[in-house]
Amino acid sequence: MMADTESEEIAVIGNTDLTPSELENNIKNAMVEKGTHLLKRLEISVAEAEKRTGKNAVSMQETYTVYLIETRAVDGASEAASPAPDSLWRRYSEFELLRNYLLVTYSFVVVPPLPEKRAEFVWHKLSADNMDPDFVERRRVGLENFLLRVASHPVLANDKIFYSFLTQEQSWKEVVFETGFQAKADSRLKALNATFRVKNPDKRFAEMKHYGDELQSVISQLLRVRARVADRLYGVYKVHGNYGRVFSEWSAIEKEMGDGLQSAGHHMDAYAASVDDILEEEEHYADQLKEYLFYTEALRAVCRKHELCQFELEMAAQDLTSKKQQREELATGTVRTFSLKGMTSKLFGQETPEQREAKLKILETQIEEGEDMLKEKNTEAEEFVKSAWVDIERFREQKDRDLKEALISYAIMQISMCKKGIQVWNNAKECFSKM
Amino acid sequence: MMSGTVADSSTSDAVSEEISGNLLELDEDEDLEVFSKDPTFTDGSSLNASMQTSPGSMVNQYKFEEEDEQPESKDIFVTVDSPESHVTAIETFITYRVLTKTTRSEFDSSQYEVRRRYQDFFWLKSKLEEAHPTLIVPPLPEKFVMKGMVERFNNDFIETRKRALHKFLNRIADHPILSCSEDFKIFLTAQAWELASHKKQGPGFLSRMGDTVRAVAATVRGVKNRPEEFNSMQEYVEAFSLKMTSLDKITQRIIKEKKEYLEELKECAPIYTLWVGSEEELAEPLKLMTSCMDRCCRETAEQVQYLSNSLLPILHEYVLCTETLKTVLRRRDNIQAEFEAKSEALATKKTDSEAESKVLSLAWDSLVGKDPEEVRQQKEQKLKGEIKEMKEDIDKMEDKLEWANNTLKGDWSRWQKNMRTDLRAAFTRTAEKNVEHYEKTTAPLWLLSSPYSHALV
Repeated sequence: MMADTESEEIAVIGNTDLTPSELENNIKNAMVEKGTHLLKRLEISVAEAEKRTGKNAVSMQETYTVYLIETRAVDGASEAASPAPDSLWRRYSEFELLRNYLLVTYSFVVVPPLPEKRAEFVWHKLSADNMDPDFVERRRVGLENFLLRVASHPVLANDKIFYSFLTQEQSWKEVVFETGFQAKADSRLKALNATFRVKNPDKRFAEMKHYGDELQSVISQLLRVRARVADRLYGVYKVHGNYGRVFSEWSAIEKEMGDGLQSAGHHMDAYAASVDDILEEEEHYADQLKEYLFYTEALRAVCRKHELCQFELEMAAQDLTSKKQQREELATGTVRTFSLKGMTSKLFGQETPEQREAKLKILETQIEEGEDMLKEKNTEAEEFVKSAWVDIERFREQKDRDLKEALISYAIMQISMCKKGIQVWNNAKECFSKM
Repeated sequence: MMSGTVADSSTSDAVSEEISGNLLELDEDEDLEVFSKDPTFTDGSSLNASMQTSPGSMVNQYKFEEEDEQPESKDIFVTVDSPESHVTAIETFITYRVLTKTTRSEFDSSQYEVRRRYQDFFWLKSKLEEAHPTLIVPPLPEKFVMKGMVERFNNDFIETRKRALHKFLNRIADHPILSCSEDFKIFLTAQAWELASHKKQGPGFLSRMGDTVRAVAATVRGVKNRPEEFNSMQEYVEAFSLKMTSLDKITQRIIKEKKEYLEELKECAPIYTLWVGSEEELAEPLKLMTSCMDRCCRETAEQVQYLSNSLLPILHEYVLCTETLKTVLRRRDNIQAEFEAKSEALATKKTDSEAESKVLSLAWDSLVGKDPEEVRQQKEQKLKGEIKEMKEDIDKMEDKLEWANNTLKGDWSRWQKNMRTDLRAAFTRTAEKNVEHYEKTTAPLWLLSSPYSHALV
């Protein structure tokens, strides 16, 4: 297959002329080819970003950014020019609302993450300001990516709320709230409690959670170091600009060396300037890593949901068992377990048969309900495990694919940077040798 | 008919390229024994300053290596190495081994090994400057390093100094006049006690003081009619000095930034290695990524090494050189100033001698009872004598000035050529190194990028 590339170090095989943006397109194409029904018939993009000012909830003036979502019907058959796209504007907070809805409604899905709310892992040249145009641009790309990921998900793509997010300008928010999803959300406390007390979670989920933790740790470290490296690299390149200036000045006092020095100086200037593009491209790699950093949170959420389901199942089973036991005790009159009731009845005398009858009847009903509940929880838990594991596998494959692509595009970007460096210094060498 | 090293481009090609960078091209006129290695030639005879360079042997590509590439007809090889620390009751100091291999006849043996300390090098430089005030004596590394708390016995410092001292001696050895210096020979060959005793000889402190006083007086007076070529030399040296200092600083800054970049970069590979542990499918590309990072670190470290050990020292040497150039120009000016002063004094004396036959002194002499005619004749004789003396003195000064001008011009031209060769070589090599750096860094990246692109999905 690709055996011949392993032996040589300088093998020139494979399409290394791909730019990182072309690779990104490849990912998008891959999503379309995977072919959810939605993507087959709709083109989705986040085309623009704009600043708006308005009054917020507490009637204070605020500036915020809105993003233009464009959708266009894909007509595979016709060769005519595509019709004009439909479009609407959305704020970041609306994206957040959509995602929260998806998280609650499809708790077994590893829901794609949004781009970061605030700029983190910045190196000095990049601004941490949310209003900074570079940040806004990168966010626009991230939001588009989010929509495409959702639209290419076999389950999420079919969601109506998602569809109206893309197409319904007015009162989408009301529609979302009407679904009552917020009531279905599990409280953090409940989830935490379950995590501690669950007895038999599925091993695979525990491993996945652990993997999520590791991945998050590794990517965070990488991003932090990468930012510092970028900072330093910037410094190295920029100082060379000083060579340019001094060579130029020096060439003025030299006769034979003047020309060589002057042209060498220009190349030094070009070298110093080239770092801006390099770092911009490298930012792309960082963005790809960031997406998966945020994905780990979604992965862990699914694992936690499993723990919750499992815990509730265990609780239901436990509850049923204890009720059955109580029935037995009542029926046989033996008190095997210590209870306040037992004590008081010992102290103050037994109940009347009528009272016992009544209690038994209640217990029977509870037991019946408990058995139904157990069945329900059991089914829930089983279904959850099944569908969650399917999505986790899907996620794993996607992750492997995407990160491989990211590493490759990083390598390609670095090769291109080296090529530029070689060119500049070869040019400079020519000039120097003519000094 | 020239003895010693000849830059004749008809001899082997490899040789001519190396040599012509180091020696002046000789005039075709065979009367000149300009660059004879005859040790009796130290002063006196004038140099023909119109050195012509034959275009054919102008250097295009002088390969600049850390170790000087010795042309075949070079007959003296000097190395400085093996720094050693010596501790006495009073002080601690470093000595360096100076190894000399030579076929020159004035040396009794063909190989010498001595130990010298910085003081000794300093002594040699002073002696050379004394003997040849308007020759451009190569610079010594600084006595102290001002900025940064550089320990005198810090390894990097010693290494850098050692290399600079090596350069210093080799530049002297390459210099057609300086390498014939007796002091140089003694420096290379004498045992410690011999050197110490030789140092004690030579013009005493007082006579040196006298020179200094004269020099200061001349400086104060200043030069009146500096020839245009020395004016432009002065301007050039000043501008060049600024540029070299800038380049020195910039290079130091680049080294610093690269070192800091390297420190950060070193943290990447371990993280990728850690990541490998959690992955299956991704393990391969991640391992490749690690090797890319490792390679980049290695290459960057080498780059830093090269800049510190090869480019920076040469830039720094030329910064120090400019100080020497300024001093040499000053000395030449002083000689001219002295000459001008004496010429003026003579002119004054001459007008005085005419005024001598004026009334006042005659009146005095007649008062004292001397025969006015006799007195006048006596005075005239005396004046004539004084004027004759002054004229002789001035002639000597004129010769001295012409000699100084010519040696300076000759050495200046030589220095310029060397400078051009050295700096061209240094920067060219630096550019080559940078290209190499990128090429080597690229190699593992190909591995990472090639097997997988378009094999996905």
